Amino acid sequence: MSTAMDTESTYSGYSHYSGHSKKAHRQGRDRHKSPRSKDGSRSEKSVTIQTPPAEPLLGNDASRAEEGQDDNWGETTTAITGTSEHSISQEDIARISKDLEDSVGLDCKRYLGLTVAAVLGLLVFLTPIAFILLPQILWRDDLEPCGTVCEGLFISVAFKLLILLIGTWALFFRQPKADIPRVFVFRALLLVLIFLFVFSYWLFYGVRILDSKDTNYQGIVQYAVSLVDALLFIHYLAIVLLELRQLQPMFTVKVVRSTDGESRYYSLGHLSIQRAALVVLENYYKDFTVYNPALLTASKSRAAKHMAGLKVYNVDGPGNNASGQSRAMIAAAARRRDSSHNELYYEEADHERRVKKRRARLVVAVEEAFTHIKRLQAEEQQKAPGEMMDPREAAQAIFPSMARALQKYLRTTRQQQYHSMESILQHLSFCITNNMTPKAFLERYLNPGPTLQYDRDRWFSKQWTLVSEEAVTSGLQDGIVFVLKCLDFSLVVNVKKIPFIKLSEEFIDPKSHKFVLRLQSETSV
Amino acid sequence: SYFIFLSFQQRIEIHKLRQGDNLILGFSIGGGIDQDPTQNPFSEDKTDKGIYVTRVTEGGPAEVAGLQIGDKIMQVNGWDMTMVTHDQARKRLTKRNEEVVRLLVTRQSLQKAVQQSMMS
Repeated sequence: MSTAMDTESTYSGYSHYSGHSKKAHRQGRDRHKSPRSKDGSRSEKSVTIQTPPAEPLLGNDASRAEEGQDDNWGETTTAITGTSEHSISQEDIARISKDLEDSVGLDCKRYLGLTVAAVLGLLVFLTPIAFILLPQILWRDDLEPCGTVCEGLFISVAFKLLILLIGTWALFFRQPKADIPRVFVFRALLLVLIFLFVFSYWLFYGVRILDSKDTNYQGIVQYAVSLVDALLFIHYLAIVLLELRQLQPMFTVKVVRSTDGESRYYSLGHLSIQRAALVVLENYYKDFTVYNPALLTASKSRAAKHMAGLKVYNVDGPGNNASGQSRAMIAAAARRRDSSHNELYYEEADHERRVKKRRARLVVAVEEAFTHIKRLQAEEQQKAPGEMMDPREAAQAIFPSMARALQKYLRTTRQQQYHSMESILQHLSFCITNNMTPKAFLERYLNPGPTLQYDRDRWFSKQWTLVSEEAVTSGLQDGIVFVLKCLDFSLVVNVKKIPFIKLSEEFIDPKSHKFVLRLQSETSV
Repeated sequence: SYFIFLSFQQRIEIHKLRQGDNLILGFSIGGGIDQDPTQNPFSEDKTDKGIYVTRVTEGGPAEVAGLQIGDKIMQVNGWDMTMVTHDQARKRLTKRNEEVVRLLVTRQSLQKAVQQSMMS
């Protein structure tokens, strides 16, 4: 058994994803939610922003270095040396420090936004009640008596407030899914609108009613009812702006992973760039196969061999023509008759054959192993109590017969670090419990699955950075390109508008389908 | 020099041969206004619905008279054959009381152009 199979891995469940609804653009509106959950175990992706307006998106770093503008390259370049097993590499340190500082900074921002929105919400909710109660408290004796009409209005205010409360809870009280760099424009606008609205109502109330001690109580109550009606309409506006407007698909985005070219297409509505990035990332975890650095080494070594062995000697003088040298090298490498394409072809064919052979052995071994297990029915369970096993023990009993074949297959397809022995045993007992066939058990190992399927330690992609030329709160438009970078790879996103479709109709009478025979006879005379 | 297509019109006189109770001419026809002109291998214009000679039996009266495969029959004994159905064409060729049929046919042939002689 290799060490990879012996290590224990904690199978941290991703089941809290299933609790969310499947709307295409859930937002992490956390501002109204007062009880904050601990973010230690949550799967938050923190997206930080880098908007360098002066730089092009794919910066021409090479040309700048050649022009000699970067004079400090000697001090700022770091040499990456090989690391031993017991030290932490430079990348890990960068990752850890980034984790620390990002989590602290963004939490403050989130708390601030949350408290502002909570206070505003509470104020807004209590305002109509205050409008109705204040005259009763302050100048009760002067008020005109207002019988049935007012009581009817009280009931309507109560129910409308209840509806508003339920609606606000349904729309805004949701678990935060993500941290985004900039404020949501529409949300901020709505908060400002609500604030101005309530402020102007209070102003009018304070000046005209409190100061002058208006005695027409029915008018005051109707004023409070109008406030609640207007709040309901603002709630409707919030639904339309925040939820409905993005439902209709307007853009198709193409997402390409930079390391291996795997690409997918998604449909989006009118979203801001940061929200589109969120949607893309959410879909990335379930659609793209997991990033496996072991699969990339082959192409890198081929590329290295291609350019190796070419040296440039400058015989004309001490002039240092760097671009000319590199061009000469490229031309020479292209003209060189190497047989690397041949090697690639035979290597790939050989690898495929090996994988198929190992796969066949694995399938046979697993099928044989599964035949040793039989599920006991309820009646049989009383008859043979001595030999009964629970799923875990059954899994452990049949695991050794398939372990070797499985390990060899995983090694050949370079997936061995994604599956530890403990995870395989757990999956096996899970399959046995749910009456799955050997093929269903193997589906997890035969092909690399999406990132969500694997242990979180193996993801290589938890912190994302959005790199964009446009402001990230601006809306999507045709032709926008932005990049979602994580430490090891990046996703290049290309936005295209769905074309305007001209659909016309043509009516065909069912009786108009008529046919003739095409003849070509030959007659002898 | 180069090849060009030329169309010749020829008059062919066929004497029918008696075989038992029938008078046969010794060739087969294809085409007609009720047929599919695109399947005609001999016509230059694939919308041509005329009557074409599709086969000539060896040693038969048609071959003796000089009829060739691919000829388009324009007239039979004065009757026009360019706008007839397949069955009408057959009937006009196989009239029982006629022993001799005179055909006007169009034939395409490949000729070498007489360019050199004109230039010299």
